[in-house]
Amino acid sequence: MTADPNQPGAPGDILLEMRDVRIDGFSDERWHPIIKGVDLTLRRGEVLGLIGESGAGKSTLGKAAMGYTQPGCKIVGGTIRFDGIDLVKARDAEKRKLWGTRIAYVAQSAAASFNPAHRLIDQTVEAATRRGIRPDADSRADAVELFRQLQLPNPETIGNRYPHQVSGGQLQRVMTAMAMSPRPDLIIFDEPTTALDVTTQVEVLAAMRSIVDEFNTAAIYITHDLAVVAQMADTIKVLRFGEEVEEAPTRDMLERPKETYTRSLWSVRALEKPEVKSEDIVLSIDHVDAAYGPFKVLHDVTISIPRGRTVAVVGESGSGKSTTARVITGLLRPEVGSVSFNGEPLPASLKDRSKDQLQRIQMIYQMADTAMNPRQTVFDIIARPLEFYLGLKGKAREDRVVELLKMIELDESFMDRLPSELSGGQKQRICIARALAANPEVIICDEVTSALDQIVQEGILKLLLRLQKEFNITYLFITHDIATVKAISDEIVVMHRGRVVEQGLKSEILSPPFPDYTRLLLSSVPEMDPDWLTDLLAGRESRDPA
Amino acid sequence: MTEQSETYSATAEVGAVRKRRTRAERAWLLLKSAPPSAWFGMVVVCLYILVAIFADVIAPYGEAQIHPVPFAPWGGDFMFGTDQIGRDVLTRLIYGARNTMGIALATTFLSFLIGGGLGLVAAINRSWLDQLLSRMVDVLMAIPSLIFALMLLSIFGSSVTSLIMIIAVLDSTRVFRLTRSVAVNVAVMDYVEVAKLRGEGLGWIMRREILPNIMPPLVAEFGLRFCFVFLTIAALSFLGVGIQPPTADWGSMVRENASLIQFAKYDLTAAITPLLPAAAIALLTVAVNFIVDWFLHKTSGLRDDR
Repeated sequence: MTADPNQPGAPGDILLEMRDVRIDGFSDERWHPIIKGVDLTLRRGEVLGLIGESGAGKSTLGKAAMGYTQPGCKIVGGTIRFDGIDLVKARDAEKRKLWGTRIAYVAQSAAASFNPAHRLIDQTVEAATRRGIRPDADSRADAVELFRQLQLPNPETIGNRYPHQVSGGQLQRVMTAMAMSPRPDLIIFDEPTTALDVTTQVEVLAAMRSIVDEFNTAAIYITHDLAVVAQMADTIKVLRFGEEVEEAPTRDMLERPKETYTRSLWSVRALEKPEVKSEDIVLSIDHVDAAYGPFKVLHDVTISIPRGRTVAVVGESGSGKSTTARVITGLLRPEVGSVSFNGEPLPASLKDRSKDQLQRIQMIYQMADTAMNPRQTVFDIIARPLEFYLGLKGKAREDRVVELLKMIELDESFMDRLPSELSGGQKQRICIARALAANPEVIICDEVTSALDQIVQEGILKLLLRLQKEFNITYLFITHDIATVKAISDEIVVMHRGRVVEQGLKSEILSPPFPDYTRLLLSSVPEMDPDWLTDLLAGRESRDPA
Repeated sequence: MTEQSETYSATAEVGAVRKRRTRAERAWLLLKSAPPSAWFGMVVVCLYILVAIFADVIAPYGEAQIHPVPFAPWGGDFMFGTDQIGRDVLTRLIYGARNTMGIALATTFLSFLIGGGLGLVAAINRSWLDQLLSRMVDVLMAIPSLIFALMLLSIFGSSVTSLIMIIAVLDSTRVFRLTRSVAVNVAVMDYVEVAKLRGEGLGWIMRREILPNIMPPLVAEFGLRFCFVFLTIAALSFLGVGIQPPTADWGSMVRENASLIQFAKYDLTAAITPLLPAAAIALLTVAVNFIVDWFLHKTSGLRDDR
């Protein structure tokens, strides 16, 4: 086999073959299996999508394709052959020769993967230059060309910037250029767009797909977002509990999933709540301007939230959604305007609010990990608001905690667990229980489902809907995911750059005519159709010819 | 496995479920993984503590009991001889452990109370109060602490209380800086915001939300700070303004018998006598550092690759 990366073998040849790969992980003083015998075959020029919930072992398998395991993991069985080289038996020096040149890796967080002290272009060409693939000057010229193909602004000069001087989406594209620079045979994308918002995600996806097509590179694309993988992959492999559930070409998989588990993944997006109109306003935000120091974030924001309904606030990151929540909770004092609750104005600052006012408005956060004190048990977390607001003690408090745990579909066996012993969905449920414990009227949900897998998201959304029905709770639901909005909201507020673009009933907002921004936002949400991205890009080009 | 059901259920979601262990089991697991250096440190510290507690029982004579022979040689009735006014050196070494360590421990606790408390307040508050406290600490730290302590001790007199108070205040500046810097990272976490939104007071946020999460660096610092305090007390005693006679302490023992070193060519053991309390100080410092190193390594999250 040729070792010259500039002369790839014929398309269709088998590039990577993994047979019965078994990987063990070490935790809690013993080894247990993470990957339980998975086969994987990848041909040149083919893109394989790996999907599954968190903990399914998809990242571990993706890294194993490079012959790499994280500290605390080891390959215990099976073979991994990359272009005739046995990666399980290969020595480290041998593997290092492949990594970065013939096999490249694009990580989820581009920001954490760049060295902040070096210019982008130096990092982009590093692998190609240092391994002597081509002279430095050629690499730099090639990098500029890659930047151009990835549609980065000012491709000639953007490489001279430092990582903090470009946006997250741009950084992710530079990272793709870095991976592509030595013209690898295989690229592993590990959730590269998960941290980006929808409008940016579309650009990054399109750029990645075109460049992988152009150089006929084989790729493994790891994600938990089905709609994204449908755009990228030729073949999809579904993993669960470290085992393969099924594998099929993308179109077959989308149209005719065989396994029950796969079908349940597909059906998640079908959840939709019928909207109900209400005139009884529980919380209203009137003409609020807010700023962080000299940096103004909210401009004349007016939102009214009807009792017992869900108002979804949508918009990309930086649009002022979370700042609005901070103004409502009193963490940020507005410069102009006021927030009123049940017709009475709320004091602008948290310190001036009464215990009763605090109790009525509760908040649930995006990252359940950081929203719970890692040193407190589930019981401590839920019991504190009961004691603090309602003065419950002893047996009464314990009974109420059990009751709350039942409400969120968990049981009392969870009481003495620490947050680190819970899964992502369970953590978010505990946060919901903590909010419920205060008997609130309004719960502000700040991206509560965006860090979770789809199937877990659905569970949380169903729970929130059921609780709303039972206790007539009002939700202010901050999200950038339109599917979530469809599932849970009665009304929608669209925000863009600190202004409210429009507010209205779900049916009004989600049907034409759209203001420009709403249309961009709605059209950027990936759909479960392998042709969606192609159609979208074609549509956008014809609408605004560059 | 039964938990792998085809339909979704919240309880069956796989978290990182750990085997539940009692506190004793966990402590034993931790001890089992300790390196030899840490074991050495723990054994030495335990011995020191035992000696300090049972000083009355172990010591052959009374703390300030004066015998007729000053500078008696080693052996015979006095294992390490007697000092310049005829007190048994071994006895004073044993009582010195109690006095020096007791005062050092009290001082370290006090400095953590002051520095840690104010550091937490500054980290949560982050306003003019933080600025005021931090700048005051800067001013205190700008003055060389040993000279500052000497000056204050000569103003207030060298009683045990003033010794503890002065060293504690001077050392609390370092504790303040550490506590503030680690607590600032925790104070911006969402769960602290949750507590603030709930309407919790400063005390609750300090004790329940932040303190448990910054314990590891504080415990490590406690060990190191204890050594420094210990050395400061010994140094002050050596200079004559620390612990006052007839109370035995290692620093003043070095000073009082220092002249014996000149007799090395006549009697080697006599020359070693003033070095014994110095060695006691050195051994304890090394032992505590071994433990702290191991503890820092355990809690810093730097795991060895397996």
